Amino acid sequence: MSKDFETVIGLEVHVELKTRSKIFCSCTNEFGAKPNTNVCPICSGFPGMLPVLNEQVVDYAIKSGLALNCEIADYCKFDRKNYFYPDLPKAYQISQYDLPVCKQGYLDIEVNGERKRIGITRAHLEEDAGKLVHQGTISSTTFSLVDLNRSGVPLLEIVSEPDLRSSQEARAYMEKLRSLLLFAGVSDCKMEEGSLRCDANVSVRPYGQEELGTRAEVKNLNSFKAMEKAIDYEVRRQIEAIEDGEEIIQETRTWEEERQITRSMRSKEEAHDYRYFPEPDLPPLRISREWVERILQSLPEMPEKARERLMEEYDLSEYDAHLLTLTPDYLAFFDECTLYYQDGKIISNWMMGELNKLLNQKNMDIAECRIKPAALADMLKLIDEGRISGKMAKDVFEEMFETGASPEKIIKEKGMEQISDEAALGTIIQEVIDKNPGVVDDYRNGKKKATGFLVGQVMQATKGQANPALVNKILAEKLNN
Amino acid sequence: MTLSIQEVQHVALLARLNLGEEEKEKYAEQLGSILQYADKLNELDTEGVEPLDHILPVFNVFREDKVIPGPDREEILANAPLVEEGQYKVPKII
Repeated sequence: MSKDFETVIGLEVHVELKTRSKIFCSCTNEFGAKPNTNVCPICSGFPGMLPVLNEQVVDYAIKSGLALNCEIADYCKFDRKNYFYPDLPKAYQISQYDLPVCKQGYLDIEVNGERKRIGITRAHLEEDAGKLVHQGTISSTTFSLVDLNRSGVPLLEIVSEPDLRSSQEARAYMEKLRSLLLFAGVSDCKMEEGSLRCDANVSVRPYGQEELGTRAEVKNLNSFKAMEKAIDYEVRRQIEAIEDGEEIIQETRTWEEERQITRSMRSKEEAHDYRYFPEPDLPPLRISREWVERILQSLPEMPEKARERLMEEYDLSEYDAHLLTLTPDYLAFFDECTLYYQDGKIISNWMMGELNKLLNQKNMDIAECRIKPAALADMLKLIDEGRISGKMAKDVFEEMFETGASPEKIIKEKGMEQISDEAALGTIIQEVIDKNPGVVDDYRNGKKKATGFLVGQVMQATKGQANPALVNKILAEKLNN
Repeated sequence: MTLSIQEVQHVALLARLNLGEEEKEKYAEQLGSILQYADKLNELDTEGVEPLDHILPVFNVFREDKVIPGPDREEILANAPLVEEGQYKVPKII
């Protein structure tokens, strides 16, 4: 990146709210159904149909606003945004223009150990559009297919201030936003299913210049990684253009994953004139302070609070506490586990280590995990009791992950229990000593390292099940006698 | 008052209307006179009058968040000019 230019980014994020039904009709708000099976005359835009607002949508919007430190409007209304597109059956989208439900909030991000506050301009409610499916390749196809299942799904559009200065900060913002919305319980925030979507407004300006550069809006950012790459590409493109004496045009660009570039979507058809006007079919909203207070009371402990608590109560590092509080499911797993097992640090190590490794391998969510917190606690107790070694525990854990069986059952069935019986171990150790007189002599002649070989032999004889501490103790006694 | 040809073209584009030269001139005049008529409202003194967002003094009309399945897909798609694989078939847009 050129040293002479500063990057300026603002993000527009669309979040699908996880209500049961759609925003203005009673169709189910469910992902993945067959095309046009979750539709009715209202969300299909039939003439004469009237929208009625889903109350839960407003609850979720208020809740999101509170999680993002926003002001909640006393009064707000809906407006029509007019444009033609085949995925928009009414030829207008019901949205909020000048009186959004939430405004002036913020969230804090941390990049390279530095904390930074990012402003949130506004968050407003709107309906999602349908989905266009193109047959074949874009160049060869002659038609598109329209699926209206998504039409009328409730969306909250969250607009940030242009406070972000790098793709890293943009990613940190998205991760924080996702975390806050997951804790608030308003959306499942799955980028791969489109319930969390992001457009980036990117511009550059010479350092020291107050005025913002001309921005490009980059769309089609389907993952955190795509967003970072697209921003980096766009910044490079703009700097090169300026250095070549070209002028930046305000336009919409799309990220092309295959080619790893942004491409202009501009066409003469795209006249940005939405002719917003108040939606006559929906009466305005009055949001009482009692209503806001009720929602505030329903907000759970948010990630920052939880992070502090974990650091304080369990002496976790800031890094571990941060990772454990990224999603409510992680935190709930940890908290539940501490009900059965005292040492939070050990629980955290297992979650961050083995559990994460297996979840990543299987590309699974912690909520789908077959190991329950109580079972992890049981396994940790088995280690403490010396019934399994830390090394064996990893095998037990993997088995628990695969089958969901209890650790007790696994070590019984697999004969994995650690041998901590002194008499039994004594016999095995004596046999090893008798078989290796040379090594024993070496030891007695001062080669203390020779014990390592003998311990290895004992482990082999017991298939790794001997309690290592006990083996060392008995072996030392026998050798020194 | 007459609308400029550029304004007519812009509005026609937004409405996806393909107007001939003669029509543009005709609409410039007709739309102009309609706007002039509406301009009468500007003669009213609206000092201290709040903008009206909705004509009825009604607020907070809600539905409960309850799912009621819609009609069968065949019924919904019955009036679509072209259907394929349970979807509306439209000219390609990109």
